Amino acid sequence: MHERLIGFRTLLQKEVLRFWKVGFQTVGAPVLNALLYLLIFSHVLDRHVTVYGDVAYTAFLVPGLVMMSLLQNSFANSSSSLIQSKITGNIIFVLLPPLSYREFYAAYVIASLLRGLFVGIGVLLVSFPFVDLPMAAPGWILAFGLMGGAILGSLGVIAGIWADKFDQLAGFQNFLIMPLTMLSGVFYSIHSLPAFWQTVSHINPFFFMIDGFRYGFFGQSDVSPWLSLAVVSVCFVFLAVLTLAMLARGYKLRA
Amino acid sequence: MPSPAIRIVSATKRYGSLQALAGVDLEVAQGEFFGLLGPNGAGKTTLISALSGLVRPDGGIFEVMGFNVVSDYRSARRNLGVVPQELVFDPFFSVRELLRIQSGYFGIRNNDDWIDEILENLDLTGKAGANMRMLSGGMKRRVLVAQALVHRPPVIVLDEPTAGVDVELRQGLWQFIRKLNRDGHTIVLTTHYLEEAEALCGRIAMLKAGKVVALDTTENLLRRFASHSLSVRLEQAEAVAALGGAVMSGGWVDFPLDRYEDLEPLLARLREAGARILELRLGEADLERVFVEVMSRA
Repeated sequence: MHERLIGFRTLLQKEVLRFWKVGFQTVGAPVLNALLYLLIFSHVLDRHVTVYGDVAYTAFLVPGLVMMSLLQNSFANSSSSLIQSKITGNIIFVLLPPLSYREFYAAYVIASLLRGLFVGIGVLLVSFPFVDLPMAAPGWILAFGLMGGAILGSLGVIAGIWADKFDQLAGFQNFLIMPLTMLSGVFYSIHSLPAFWQTVSHINPFFFMIDGFRYGFFGQSDVSPWLSLAVVSVCFVFLAVLTLAMLARGYKLRA
Repeated sequence: MPSPAIRIVSATKRYGSLQALAGVDLEVAQGEFFGLLGPNGAGKTTLISALSGLVRPDGGIFEVMGFNVVSDYRSARRNLGVVPQELVFDPFFSVRELLRIQSGYFGIRNNDDWIDEILENLDLTGKAGANMRMLSGGMKRRVLVAQALVHRPPVIVLDEPTAGVDVELRQGLWQFIRKLNRDGHTIVLTTHYLEEAEALCGRIAMLKAGKVVALDTTENLLRRFASHSLSVRLEQAEAVAALGGAVMSGGWVDFPLDRYEDLEPLLARLREAGARILELRLGEADLERVFVEVMSRA
């Protein structure tokens, strides 16, 4: 195997091992959280709410929870790994070897995506006993799952590099990522919102990730999946270019 | 003629108002054991960091084994092993896992034979399976050395590797580093233990405020900057007051000696002055005196 590929693969494996070694915390705990959301919301709302005409609320909720967990954990992986490495100083073990900034980016984002996928699949599996979930267009599920994880993985790299302290990262997570995911239609269809909030939802890229992902299950969504794919693709390209530019400059990594 | 192990030309780096490197020129030949000395804040770590790609210099050229560290960073980094000053480690992994990972970063698979050899030489074999968190400070320091060596770099930079390390470990470490140097590795060492630098380094550069203020072989530095001395305790100390250059302290009289050849004439002058010697000591030139003198002159 070419030595450049070995370097990239090693960094990817190391990043995967990093979360896998503490799998209870990084995969098990978010799956349990999502299960609790599912139990509580479905118990309260399932008999009172249907969406897209005849879709039961619990069924509607599951894709949203899967995607929310996938997105949050993709972000958490790259951001926490980088900030820990920066604060403890062991980031130099990645900066001294002959790894390019592109390999650095790809390894961190793919590892984040994998953690997001593990968690997302976990949430999907534990929800099966509670809901009969169709999969009308699996290709869309895969496309939005991969794109969403890659976007949040990139955002995690940006936040991990930018933040100098854990509380700055927590601020990024609590005041940006969390509100954008919670207000993206995880728990509701935006058609149930007043017109103003529907408009506001359309400037939230997380809404398009979740709406497109949900289309893969029900073949129905609030907006066209093609529009969602376009928005999500533009977001990914923008964040990938921004992250690569930061890494190429060595922003906050190579003084 | 082989390319120098390290070549630095007109290196500059500024952090805000602090000029960390103010035009450093330095060349280290292959196979040298080279010392980089200076007080805190002299620019030693900045220079090493720029050489290893951790810091982006404002100007200048940095090369490792002829490879530019910016335009040909992959080759330059493959040829360089750096032991950092700070005691850093990854708490998720065992010693062996870390060394395998570090090998992989450099594109090397199946490196266990060399890893075993390094672990043995650094007396870490028994700790190969231990998590980094479980190791003492000295052991963590040795793992840092091991990490710098996994890809068999021809040039090894040690940034204060023995800070906070006990005597036994220090000796073991130097034995291993000397062996690497004998095997052809170029060693660049920064340390505040000047006796270590004096014993190990064939050539030394001294930095102050981002500039090289002395650069020569250790022998020449000792000869140029520090003299020997003769200290005597006399029956009548006042008898030698007239002899030039004498410094009296605590019943002893110290005479500077530029060369050992000056000893006999000095003793003859003492006899002529009627001084009777009760005790006598010869002081050796050492790097600490050189260092103090160079820094005060610069």
